[in-house]
Amino acid sequence: MSQLTEIRWHARAGQGAVTAAKLVADTALMQGAYIQAMPEYGPERNGAPLKAYTRVCSEPIEVHNTITNPAIVIVLDETLLDTVDVTEGLLPGGTVILNSEMSLACARERLGVANDVTVAVVDASKIALETIGRNVPNTPIVGALSKVTGLVPVDAVKQRLTIMFGKKFSQEMIDANLASVDRAYKEVELA
Amino acid sequence: MSTEIKAFSATGNQMVAEAMRQAEPDVMAAYPITPQTTIVESFAKFVADGRVHTEYVTVESEHSALSACVGASAAGARVATATASQGLALMWEELHITAGMRLPIVMANANRALAAPINIHCDHSDIMGARDTGWIIMFAETAQEAYDNTVVSFKVAEDARVQLPVLTTLDGFTTSHAMERCEMEDDDTVRAFVGDYVAAHPLLDTDNPVGCGSYALGDCYMKTHLACRRANTGALSVIEEYGKAWEAICGRPFNVVDTWGTEDADYVVVVLGSAAGNARHIARELCAQGRRVGVVRPKVFRPFPAAAVAAACKTAKAVAVMDRSDSIGAAHGPLGAEVISALHEAGLTMPVKNYIFGLGGQDLTNELMTSIFDTLEDVAAGTASPALSYLGFEE
Repeated sequence: MSQLTEIRWHARAGQGAVTAAKLVADTALMQGAYIQAMPEYGPERNGAPLKAYTRVCSEPIEVHNTITNPAIVIVLDETLLDTVDVTEGLLPGGTVILNSEMSLACARERLGVANDVTVAVVDASKIALETIGRNVPNTPIVGALSKVTGLVPVDAVKQRLTIMFGKKFSQEMIDANLASVDRAYKEVELA
Repeated sequence: MSTEIKAFSATGNQMVAEAMRQAEPDVMAAYPITPQTTIVESFAKFVADGRVHTEYVTVESEHSALSACVGASAAGARVATATASQGLALMWEELHITAGMRLPIVMANANRALAAPINIHCDHSDIMGARDTGWIIMFAETAQEAYDNTVVSFKVAEDARVQLPVLTTLDGFTTSHAMERCEMEDDDTVRAFVGDYVAAHPLLDTDNPVGCGSYALGDCYMKTHLACRRANTGALSVIEEYGKAWEAICGRPFNVVDTWGTEDADYVVVVLGSAAGNARHIARELCAQGRRVGVVRPKVFRPFPAAAVAAACKTAKAVAVMDRSDSIGAAHGPLGAEVISALHEAGLTMPVKNYIFGLGGQDLTNELMTSIFDTLEDVAAGTASPALSYLGFEE
């Protein structure tokens, strides 16, 4: 019996959701999984709402389409809650991880999800500003994902992040991103 | 265990760029603008980093890109490039010239929509514009297959029995930009497989001067076309030969026509490219429920493997053909027409339902895919029309 986990990412263009979707997939692959990670491209302009997808499976993945019934939804920008139905199709007993400074109770109310849904909140933007120096909540939120779902071990995330970012960024920037992952792992709140 | 270590994550574009790097073309000419692909971007970096010794020519349009490739190939070089969407459309004139001059250029295409309306997402509108040009056309389902097909393409194009250009295609975004689990062989293995290219009649061989692309009246023009047709049709066995040779090296199956569940299927779906995975995914579920359904995926569209496609459909009570582009004004889409022709030639008379789906990146959901298999039962029973329909828009 194949074990498939589907993640849908909601973000605004420029927040690094596609990179995060790929980082999770790449980490899972190194744990022996089959993976898929893809963006849903719309008109390409900064700030536009976008979706990205990650599939992690114990067997080869054959489907090539968007994810309509995710087990995990990740929201990188809370203002999307006003315009996008982020929990559409969320599986029963699923998980929502929200980048926000709002309280858990407030998040649960805003999301309007059933009691069996796990809601987690992390202020990934604040963590990103304090560690990386820019509001790029994508890497910290992967730390939160690791803590909340256990889908990928945080040490493995940091290892793959170092390799992925090593091609493009300075050691200082890589260290800042690693610190953001650790902080979000520790600071994420869930209920 | 060794395969666990070999696996890595990559997009289809990255995999094609790697295959082209390993084949070491002498020349690549490209025009890097949207809608291009990151294939030529990655390749430019390989050149800049000294990882491949290719003359990389930046030109002023896609029309010029293929023109430059034509010149280089006629001169005797191994040539590769990549394009997509409007870029391929702008190359249309040169597509015919390349095949007519029998130049073994390998070109990747990320299959994407054509304007208007403006849309650069996945469908087969661009590539189907090349179907009558003489090029060999291959469709990859996955990033992995995009790599394998591209490696094989060089062998096929440059083989003396073929001497034709090859379009090695992958579905835009769906495969080109999606990251998947992949493997690749090492550089030495690919180089040994692909070998060196020695052109039979290079333009730059001044001791044996030749003319290329010259004027020809009807008699000679028809003979040239006939030779091109024979070479293209005959390429099927060459593709099979090199595909199987590559399969023996890499261990990944290479079938000119990929089939699943067709041995005793009541209902069969025929589809190109990445959507075959969606079809197989649903077919597995339906078979687990006791239904007999199958999926046929021609990996090669030109030459069209008609006999193998018909053979894979022979037990079916009804066949669905899924086209990711339309031939507006015709009774069927490009693949639909091929399959119906193939079935007719094989004396098979089951009803065929042709669907146009996924235009401009429209999502092929599992529900839509399931509805095709469901409708086929009604088509076979005579309670649903086999007339062409736009999936999800006309039911």
